[in-house]
Amino acid sequence: MTSQTHTGQTIIDPPEDGHFRNGGATNGSIAQPSPTTLSIHLTINGRDHALDIEPRVTLLDALRERLHLTGTKKGCDQGQCGACTVHVDGERVLACLTLAAQVEGRSITTIEGLADEDGTLHAVQAAFLEQDAFQCGYCTPGQIMSAVACIREGHAGSDEEIREYMAGNLCRCGAYPHIVAAVRQAAQELRS
Amino acid sequence: MRDFSYVRADSVEAARNAAALPGAMLLAGGTTLVDLAKCGVAEPSTVIDISHIEGLDAIEVDADRAVIGALAKMSHVADHAGVKSHFPAVSEALWQAASAQLRNMATIGGNLMQRTRCPYFRDPQNFPACNKRAPGSGCSAIGGVTRGHAVLGVSEACIATYPGDLAIALVAFDAEIDLGERKLKVEDFFLAPGATAEQEHDIRPGEVIMGIEIPGSAAARRSTYLKIRDRQSYEFAAASAAVGLELEADGRTIRDIRVALGGVATKPWRAREVEDALRGKPLDEAIVRKASELAMGGAVDHGANHYKIALAPRVIARAILKLGETA
Repeated sequence: MTSQTHTGQTIIDPPEDGHFRNGGATNGSIAQPSPTTLSIHLTINGRDHALDIEPRVTLLDALRERLHLTGTKKGCDQGQCGACTVHVDGERVLACLTLAAQVEGRSITTIEGLADEDGTLHAVQAAFLEQDAFQCGYCTPGQIMSAVACIREGHAGSDEEIREYMAGNLCRCGAYPHIVAAVRQAAQELRS
Repeated sequence: MRDFSYVRADSVEAARNAAALPGAMLLAGGTTLVDLAKCGVAEPSTVIDISHIEGLDAIEVDADRAVIGALAKMSHVADHAGVKSHFPAVSEALWQAASAQLRNMATIGGNLMQRTRCPYFRDPQNFPACNKRAPGSGCSAIGGVTRGHAVLGVSEACIATYPGDLAIALVAFDAEIDLGERKLKVEDFFLAPGATAEQEHDIRPGEVIMGIEIPGSAAARRSTYLKIRDRQSYEFAAASAAVGLELEADGRTIRDIRVALGGVATKPWRAREVEDALRGKPLDEAIVRKASELAMGGAVDHGANHYKIALAPRVIARAILKLGETA
């Protein structure tokens, strides 16, 4: 499957061995015959991707299993941990509770699309490194995507506000003090 | 998750027609429907995506009223300057709900349709008995772990707590819900379980929530939402109160007061006994605390949720006294 981007670049999607399988998000429930297969286009990090999917496929599974954009993590897969946070039209949302079909026509940004083309890290990514704002790192892409939006929304004015507006991103290692420090630092840099 | 057909509705008319089909469910933000489909609770045969319908997300606020479209996002309503100044309890109920990500997804109409977080309701594989899911099958919560369950508006069929925050503020300030052909009080839109726990909302097949309207008032302008929970953020209420206060010109006699409760009842719970006991009375801590106890008349606990009977009146009293300290 190929598709054209606005820059004329052709993206070749991964082969079908990366195909979404029942069980990933379905807890082993019995597969029902698919009523329909949808042919959709998703705009991810400025590139257009064509996909044939079942209607029930979430944006998270489409990203990870079909497009091999595995930076977006699957934590709880039920909207409680924030590991799958991505931006849709510039706003942070949970990819695990978003149907892929629903965001056709929207602009999606994942952690892979945050750094500059030349590899220069986003200020929030750099601040997470500098402040050592993680241990195992599994929640980190979601934390960073959430933090970028948190700062853009104007909800990073104090440590208290950062804690409240970052509450949707759980860190089981408990790196919260350093995460707050990283968001505070990045917010200051982005304001100046 | 069982698979389903996906249809995008481009107009309210198309959504109404599609919603009348058996097995069809509307998809707005997806935070309830996709979640419950993963749990095996929701099994739509067709999902009607209404999130791309134009013109249903307007937020219009002045001193007289707030009119909010069904597809307005929780986050946008919470941050709206007019909502913050004329209806602070509504803004506070919204930003204290869920997480920033979920509030960016969830819509006002979808918020009113959210289902209980009763763990037995959400786990059909391990707990087949649930009168909400399967009428007549029984209630797994009664006799189970009930720490989060309701003490007000319960029945022998169901003790599941209404989980939302926004609707608590809406019933306190007499908001209406617009269903297109008819409008009704938000308070009447929600149904206590009685013998028909499966009926949670007064909404009929083919009806689509168009929006809500909240009348402005002095009590709405001087209002707050106090939410007490097991952790500081991103958690459902153990008990919460939406409270509005209007004082007479003497600055201490209560002219109008509104009290509604969350986290303790099977539906958004207006505490009129408390309001009636306080109207015309001085804003005095002892009087407020005594009146707040009246909210728990008729409360029935199931052991582990007994603490809510003591907690809720304190939440009400603290919210009223906090408002009294503000100018």
